[in-house]
Amino acid sequence: MTMKSKATAKLKVRRAVAVLKPVAPAHVQPVIADRDRRLKFGDKWDYTPAPETVPVKIAPRYELFIDGKFTAPQAGKYFDSINPATEEKLCEIANGGAEDVDRAVKAARRAYETVWSKMPGRERGKYLFRVARLVQERARELAILETMDGGKPIKESRDFDMPTVAAHFFHHGGWADKLQYAFPGRTPRPLGVAGQIIPWNFPLLMAAWKIAPALACGNTVVLKPSKTTSITALHLAAIFQEAGLPDGVVNIVTGTAETGRAIYHHPDVNKIAFTGSTEVGKIIAQACAGTGKRLTLELGGKAANIILEDAPLNQAVEGIVSGIYFNQGHVCCAGSRLFVQEGVFGTVVRKLRDRIQTLRVGNPLDKNTDIGAINSSAQLEKIRELVQCGIDEGAEVEQSSCTLPAKGYWFRPTFLTNVTMSHRVAREEIFGPVLSVMSFRTPEEAIERANNTPYGLSAGVWTDKGSKIFKMVNQLRAGVVWANSYNKFDPASPFGGYKESGFGREGGVQGLAGYVNLS
Amino acid sequence: MTQLLSGSARFRSIRATVPTVDQVTVEDRAAAFTRRSIKTSAKLAGLKMVVSMMDLTTLEGKDTPGKVAYLCRKALHPIESRYDTPPCAAVCVYPNMVRHARRFLGDLSPVKVASVATGFPSGQYALRTKLEETRRAAGDGADEIDMVIDRGAFLSGDFQKVSDEIAAVKEVCGAAHLKVILETGELVTYDNVRLASQIAMEAGADFIKTSTGKVQPAATMPVTLVMLEAIRDYFFATGIRIGMKPAGGIRTAKQSLAYLVMVKETLGDDWLSPGLFRLGASTLLNDVLMQIVKTVDGNYQSADYFSLP
Repeated sequence: MTMKSKATAKLKVRRAVAVLKPVAPAHVQPVIADRDRRLKFGDKWDYTPAPETVPVKIAPRYELFIDGKFTAPQAGKYFDSINPATEEKLCEIANGGAEDVDRAVKAARRAYETVWSKMPGRERGKYLFRVARLVQERARELAILETMDGGKPIKESRDFDMPTVAAHFFHHGGWADKLQYAFPGRTPRPLGVAGQIIPWNFPLLMAAWKIAPALACGNTVVLKPSKTTSITALHLAAIFQEAGLPDGVVNIVTGTAETGRAIYHHPDVNKIAFTGSTEVGKIIAQACAGTGKRLTLELGGKAANIILEDAPLNQAVEGIVSGIYFNQGHVCCAGSRLFVQEGVFGTVVRKLRDRIQTLRVGNPLDKNTDIGAINSSAQLEKIRELVQCGIDEGAEVEQSSCTLPAKGYWFRPTFLTNVTMSHRVAREEIFGPVLSVMSFRTPEEAIERANNTPYGLSAGVWTDKGSKIFKMVNQLRAGVVWANSYNKFDPASPFGGYKESGFGREGGVQGLAGYVNLS
Repeated sequence: MTQLLSGSARFRSIRATVPTVDQVTVEDRAAAFTRRSIKTSAKLAGLKMVVSMMDLTTLEGKDTPGKVAYLCRKALHPIESRYDTPPCAAVCVYPNMVRHARRFLGDLSPVKVASVATGFPSGQYALRTKLEETRRAAGDGADEIDMVIDRGAFLSGDFQKVSDEIAAVKEVCGAAHLKVILETGELVTYDNVRLASQIAMEAGADFIKTSTGKVQPAATMPVTLVMLEAIRDYFFATGIRIGMKPAGGIRTAKQSLAYLVMVKETLGDDWLSPGLFRLGASTLLNDVLMQIVKTVDGNYQSADYFSLP
């Protein structure tokens, strides 16, 4: 008994010291002075290159896909498609003109009137399921093509793009025979011919987002991929052929901005769906005004990712990284403005500085690459210009110290501190791996700052407190708000913007509404 | 103000001061490490590093001095010298086996002797018993003590008791390093794991360790990541580098490389060393050796070619 109380008394003394000053296991490691507390992300154990083998065939020349056949453009013009990681020419792509667009629209109209709009939903669904399965079977080939053509890391095209492409076809295949239940008490009818213009950041995924709901609802399609990333859309066309999709139901006209213009000015197109820049979106909206064309626009963004001081900070840093560095920041919903509550600002910046050192930049076909090539030299130029402007306006640049390949278009993962709301880098969409970091003091201030932008596509909120999430989500004017996560997508979940980020939704029941007339 | 608070008052509020963990994101992040592709020379270097970080373990009621001798010999010479593979970091045994291991290895062995202690695996014993056991294991020649925390006390909210016990055991360890086993399978939530890590580090742990291996689930990637993050935050707060030891459930070479990737990308090069990272395992070694042989010779050998520990 005496012994026990002695032991306890001794422990209490020990504890009183230990609580205030952590016991250093001094015989193991000395205490490191404050200024030397750094993590070393060096080459003590470096990964060897792990390039994906390339069992794909890229044709020397790709034609237009019109009325179920690959056909040459009437004017006989082609342009080169470049691998942005090597600056080497991959192939030639047909440059479709207005007359080719007209042929495609006529084929789509014929297919709509004779076959597709008359076909029962469950039959349309069968085609979509078949396409989904073929995409899954060819996922590896498509992922490699996507990476070679667009520069995104194989890790992402393999683990994100292709599975999500298949998921969209599966999801909408399921809707095709259940449309009457999507709109209870109303009768959905297809619109007719849909003209769809898609961007270069998620080439095949954007094609799937556009084509799958259109077909499920009984419309036919004329699709124009972006000039720099046409290859996978044309391989998708071959999948449509293999799936036996009736001729003319989907037509793919590759080309330039001119080709796109021919689509949205075509009088026999009933609907335009566009994903791309706000600048072009405005032009399209003007062109479609008063023509009776239905329109959905998914445009730019300058999303706020808000870190409250009670957030799980280590995970929030992961959310920041996936928010801005996913797909080299070529994401319209990228969390490109980071708002950190003042009490944790320094900690978050320090963690982020360490974290970007571990991002591997380089050959997109290497399975360990986290950040691939910038899609085009034009885009790289734009990123450089905006970052330089940020520096000129007083921002401080933090970049990872990785080495970049000699050839190709590259930009280091970057974040900018000392940024204010009036800096260009805090207002304009950079569309690259560049994050503007700012602070705030109260949640109200965070909301006010987050909403202080012409855009309104997405936002993120990080806090451990559920009530704060619900309060903030209701006040953020953004189409998608992620809570304690970022850049998560599901075909069942609608996606789209507020304000200058566009209108209309893609995905889910809401996405179907953009492709039907209700009566 | 903090200085005016008594120890227990501080511990009543410790949960509020320790960072929380988001389950979904931490599991996503942990899974991302398994998708790194480790090939050729990186694979070989990684596997050898794994061997050098391994605490080769036998923790059975049927352990004998003879069995421990097998284990020690295997730890010293995992495989023929032509594969240029380092010895394991340590053998990990019950307290009664410490003196046998010590005798077999000698005093200058590159392989350390680690002993579980403090009423392993349950920890449901009086503090006096735990201290006596630790003292004896250290006295018998253990270089490292793997203690278990009092999970009952932790789950009932008596963090003070958990901390006091660790500090007391640390004191009787003397020169022996202290690894503190949290038994994460019984703590269940990531928030608990994070909190227990913090308590253990503050109370004097040299290493924090996931599991005894006697409770399922034992070590998992996300749990280990939560602990590595706790170590990282503690390092920046205090300047002290705490070691990490996932134990139990790591059976394949591929798994062990994923853990190594996680350490490399979370804590950096300093922790890629047996001084700060260990893997506790009983069956992992031969799978790692099999992969080393395959990488060097180009073909797999059957399990019969690899000696049992």
